[in-house]
Amino acid sequence: MSGLTLNIKCSGSRGFSLELDCETPASGITAIYGPSGSGKSTLLDCVAGLRLTEPGSVIRLNNQTWQDENRATPVWQRGIGYVFQDARLFPHLNVQQNLDYALTRRLRSGDVDLNQIVTWLELDDLLPRSTDTLSAGQKQRVAIGRALLSTPQLLLLDEPFANLDHTARQQCLRCLKRLSEELQLPMLYVSHDIEEVSQLADHLVLLEQGRLIEQGSLLALCGRLNTRLSHEEQAAAILTATVAQHDAGYGLSELTVDGHTLLVNHLPHGLGQSRRIRIPAKDVSVCLHRPLDSSILNILPVSVVEIEDTNAARLLVRLSLGSQYLLARITRKSCVELGLCIGDKIYAQIKSTALLMETTDAA
Amino acid sequence: MSNAELDAIYLTVALASITTVLLLIVGTPLAWWLSRRRGNVPALLEAVVAMPLILPPTVLGFYLLLLFAPNTFLGQFWQELTGSQLAFSFSALVIGSVIYSLPFVVQPLQSAFERIPYGLLQAAATLGARPLDQFCSVVLPLSRRSFITAASLGFAHTVGEFGVVLMIGGNIPGETQVLSIALYDSVESLRFTEAHRLAGALVIFSLGLLFLLYRRDRQNGWRVRT
Repeated sequence: MSGLTLNIKCSGSRGFSLELDCETPASGITAIYGPSGSGKSTLLDCVAGLRLTEPGSVIRLNNQTWQDENRATPVWQRGIGYVFQDARLFPHLNVQQNLDYALTRRLRSGDVDLNQIVTWLELDDLLPRSTDTLSAGQKQRVAIGRALLSTPQLLLLDEPFANLDHTARQQCLRCLKRLSEELQLPMLYVSHDIEEVSQLADHLVLLEQGRLIEQGSLLALCGRLNTRLSHEEQAAAILTATVAQHDAGYGLSELTVDGHTLLVNHLPHGLGQSRRIRIPAKDVSVCLHRPLDSSILNILPVSVVEIEDTNAARLLVRLSLGSQYLLARITRKSCVELGLCIGDKIYAQIKSTALLMETTDAA
Repeated sequence: MSNAELDAIYLTVALASITTVLLLIVGTPLAWWLSRRRGNVPALLEAVVAMPLILPPTVLGFYLLLLFAPNTFLGQFWQELTGSQLAFSFSALVIGSVIYSLPFVVQPLQSAFERIPYGLLQAAATLGARPLDQFCSVVLPLSRRSFITAASLGFAHTVGEFGVVLMIGGNIPGETQVLSIALYDSVESLRFTEAHRLAGALVIFSLGLLFLLYRRDRQNGWRVRT
């Protein structure tokens, strides 16, 4: 049996309780997303075994049971790595010794390469330093390295980059994305930042007030109207695209999304690479006929799949582009005046600047 | 210096050393337990540990004397085990000193343990450290300075103890006549030169030890950053 089974009941202080029952894939990055106080960190603590769950809870990773009616595996035997928001490096040890701490206590021997991890996380220059001379971003990279050196089967990350400035955060996200690809290590990543989540996650678990709202693949959840994600100001569709061509003369690159072409600012990637792009709903407008004299380059034929049923001034429309989806936020007035109906073949205009490359690749 | 004085010095150092080692062995788990618990039972235990700070030593000495008497369970048990009487013996002094100096060891350790963020232990656990390993690899090194403080205070306080020793040890040269008792003895018998030597030595020892402790704390005062 493969996957991460989480059937957790846990009550916290002040009447808070966490209750969820879900299965997530034990591969790639699963983001646990929700507002603060929704129980994200509690969930991680339960998975790690740092917090006691109530009877009836079951936590299982692939074929190992960490928690059921009869027993709970202690934290130190679960083979998890945990990266805390506040790094929690040992202050009496320097960076190298912090890494060694994990290395000497790892459960599984073999397949861990200190040098490789040091290189990936760009820690070379930090090794002899004392932990209190490190910046917040450096600390988190050391903490990730330390967690990895304990050869975990599952890496838990609790808003590890929340306290970092933009540059440091991008660097850390880039490292993490790379690690997830190189190591094939499943991760649970807690965040309340949708931007971060859409850059990293493959799978999404949405929590609110200790309850599971929904879960599924990020691409599917982001392209739907009735998810909590689409009600946020920054609602956006996420698509996968392939780099098809570079146009150095105009400083543009051409991407294909299911046979359709999108032009974006010049990208450093080789042809044929598959990338994730994020298109905010507010940057997508629709027209019934293909405009012939628009300055907007990306005008794609789409069909209306779903129109949000609301009395608000603005509503979301879900548009299919091949097998993928776009979201457009338009006014209700436009929707009525254009007479939009489900199944209509129309055109979506996307401002090319609205195409956000994953920042993991921006550098 | 007379033989009696040298005996007293040797006895005092032996008593203080043995007591300090025992105090660290008993006090460390006790301080750890107290630092992690809240509630009535730990509070009561904390009060019991702290009692020697305010109780006249003679009170403690009086009860210990009753406890150590040959007709009590403990006294009889000791007699059978070792073949000698417990009251007025060196062993009685060690037991009394451990109890009497307990707060001087437990309190610095307890407050050091309380300053160690629990999150560090959680981090250690996720890295594969079992509880004892967590304690040895995180708690001990982070409270190293407090261990030095606790050991020094426990040692110095045992050297300076008088009332308890007088009650349960009596004044047997070579067995229970420690420095403070020898000093009392010389004053009682008007041997003031000897008294000056002993008193002066104790003052210089105590001042020197405390000075070293405070100076070190001020120079490298080390705190866990939380």
